[in-house]
Amino acid sequence: MSKQLEIKNLSVNVEGTQIIRNLSLTVPRGEVHALMGPNGTGKSTLAKVLAGHPDYEVTSGEVFLDGESILDMQVDERARAGLFMAFQYPSEIPGVSIANFLRAARQARLEEGEEIDAVSFYKTLYEKMDLLQIDRKFTSRAVNEGFSGGEKKRNEILQMAMLEPSYAIMDETDSGLDIDALRIVSEGVNRLRGPNLGVLLITHYQRILDYIVPDHVHVMWNGTIVKSGGKELARELEEKGYDWIKEAFAEPAGKA
Amino acid sequence: MNTNTLSRTKELNIASQEAFDAHLASRVDLPQWWLDLKKEHWQRFQELPPPHRKDENWRFASLGGLDLDGYSFSETRPEESTADSFVDQSDQIRNRSGRIVFANDHLIRNDAIASELAELGVIWMPIEQAVREHGDLLRRHFMAQPIKLGSEKFSALHGAFCSAGTFLHVPKGVEIEAPLVASHWTASDGVAVFPHTLLIADEQSKVTLVDYFSAQNSSARNYICGVNDLYAGPGAKVTYISAQDWGRQSLAFHLNSTQAFKDAFITSLNVNTGGRQARTESHSQVMGEGAHTEMQSLTVATGKQEFDQRTLQTHFKGHSVSDLLYKNALFDDSRTIFSGLIKVEEDAQQTDAYQTNRNLLLSTSAEANALPGLEILANDVKCSHGATSGQIDDNQLYYLKARGISDKVAKELLVFGFFEDVLGKLKNEEIAENLRTVIREHVSRIP
Repeated sequence: MSKQLEIKNLSVNVEGTQIIRNLSLTVPRGEVHALMGPNGTGKSTLAKVLAGHPDYEVTSGEVFLDGESILDMQVDERARAGLFMAFQYPSEIPGVSIANFLRAARQARLEEGEEIDAVSFYKTLYEKMDLLQIDRKFTSRAVNEGFSGGEKKRNEILQMAMLEPSYAIMDETDSGLDIDALRIVSEGVNRLRGPNLGVLLITHYQRILDYIVPDHVHVMWNGTIVKSGGKELARELEEKGYDWIKEAFAEPAGKA
Repeated sequence: MNTNTLSRTKELNIASQEAFDAHLASRVDLPQWWLDLKKEHWQRFQELPPPHRKDENWRFASLGGLDLDGYSFSETRPEESTADSFVDQSDQIRNRSGRIVFANDHLIRNDAIASELAELGVIWMPIEQAVREHGDLLRRHFMAQPIKLGSEKFSALHGAFCSAGTFLHVPKGVEIEAPLVASHWTASDGVAVFPHTLLIADEQSKVTLVDYFSAQNSSARNYICGVNDLYAGPGAKVTYISAQDWGRQSLAFHLNSTQAFKDAFITSLNVNTGGRQARTESHSQVMGEGAHTEMQSLTVATGKQEFDQRTLQTHFKGHSVSDLLYKNALFDDSRTIFSGLIKVEEDAQQTDAYQTNRNLLLSTSAEANALPGLEILANDVKCSHGATSGQIDDNQLYYLKARGISDKVAKELLVFGFFEDVLGKLKNEEIAENLRTVIREHVSRIP
């Protein structure tokens, strides 16, 4: 069985309008794939569909996680199957501490009747927090409540580190980060890179790719992938801008 | 007019006369004033009309559920062999200054307070012992606070049958760090119990009292009618906590009254999970300037449970604060009624009085009723009241599930989050953690 996240000919409607058009993309474990493109081209919709958001209607296509079809799975089943979504706008959960939240998430991955060992849980949690330069006092703070933009994104990476997914989709993780926060978040992701993790890094800007160097870059336009290449493609986009893509891949109907 | 309820109550009066006579007969060795008081209460119980539909204090309540038929008002001693298990289970709070345990209104265990506290004049004992040994204090304070929220009749029934409960007197200036704990159990089906709590905290004293109300069998059918009176003298700091987890077929009344004198600070928190139909009446009276009372309640309603909450915050004196927060999480076909009134008397200038009721609906068939009210006679006050009902936030639920947490556990976490602004502020972490456990066990019983 191939160890990869495979999106095959995926089409998605939102409120009757097609947003994703026959999109195919494969992210093998151990690789980081950047997905770039102008705003409104369907990048975040793709992320949400993969994570299992209930508002999106898949009209055709398949998504396989290590060969297993996931489109019929609920959002929590997908997460337990190894998929992680780093949100662009993480929710605030008043009254639920980070420690309790992560405990529940790790507990959900254990067999029925098996209990988390509290001591080793906190040991691991503190290690990961130290790496991400998150104050240990945050464990008792409510999830994302009153967090700055940078703290929320670091908290997303902390969750990713604690849940050890096989595949992570990072939706505009760089948005709203200053350069210091961007560096910390990127270092956190780089530490998690390795043969057991595949990353789909969704971004509008090339900037984060200076820190998290991708193995492949894909360009999305008008709901599908129009160009793929190596990391140099990101630089090219940065220099030429997205207008170049828009002109090159304008719909034939528009040209006629 | 609900004639059905009336006729059944009449039947009850006749049927229970024997039980009341037997109750008195077994207490002839108690002081005469106490026995006379019981007779007065019994008389009043018989005279007072049962609640009826048109009474504002009973709006939205299920009057049909108040039927007293079928409960046993006779003494039912729990089996000797079970006593130890009640004591073992009444170990919720380990770091405590004293503990008294009752089952079916019978004293099972009395762990006295440390001799250092006794030497300072602290009194902590079962109520009937206090009737014998501290008659003066009891005569002045036992059920001396007015009952105004609709359960006058049931309060009288309590006065007639009350034999179990705790009396706590903390003298001037004495501070007790570790809480005192009382535990009341129902040990058999059908039994009626009348738990009582009387706390008198003198000037500048400080104390925490915790009442646990539990059933040996979580599906038990019992009738419970409890009364709880707190007095906080000038500058006293009183924390009162109760956890009500009666059997799921039970009818329960808990009638709470507090009086806060000058600069006193009273915090009360009621956690409610038990009963088929459970009514709490809480009357907070600000008697002196500068007093501060906090009234908090956390309720988890599941199945077809009904929680009926009536509150009154009366300010007789100004420069005072009362702050009420009642939070209900409703699952399944459960219902809650919150009816609250803030009353500021003419002299009580510069009063801050707040009343908030928040309902979290976890089911479309659950029903939360809210009847907030204000009656302000002073002109220089800050008062607010508000009631909100809402469902779980879909984005929060999605976020939790996106981390692999199941729908059921995610909702539980959000319910805990909803309560945490109250539990998280408790200074005693052991009590807070135990209350979380009480709530968790109740929520985990939801299929």
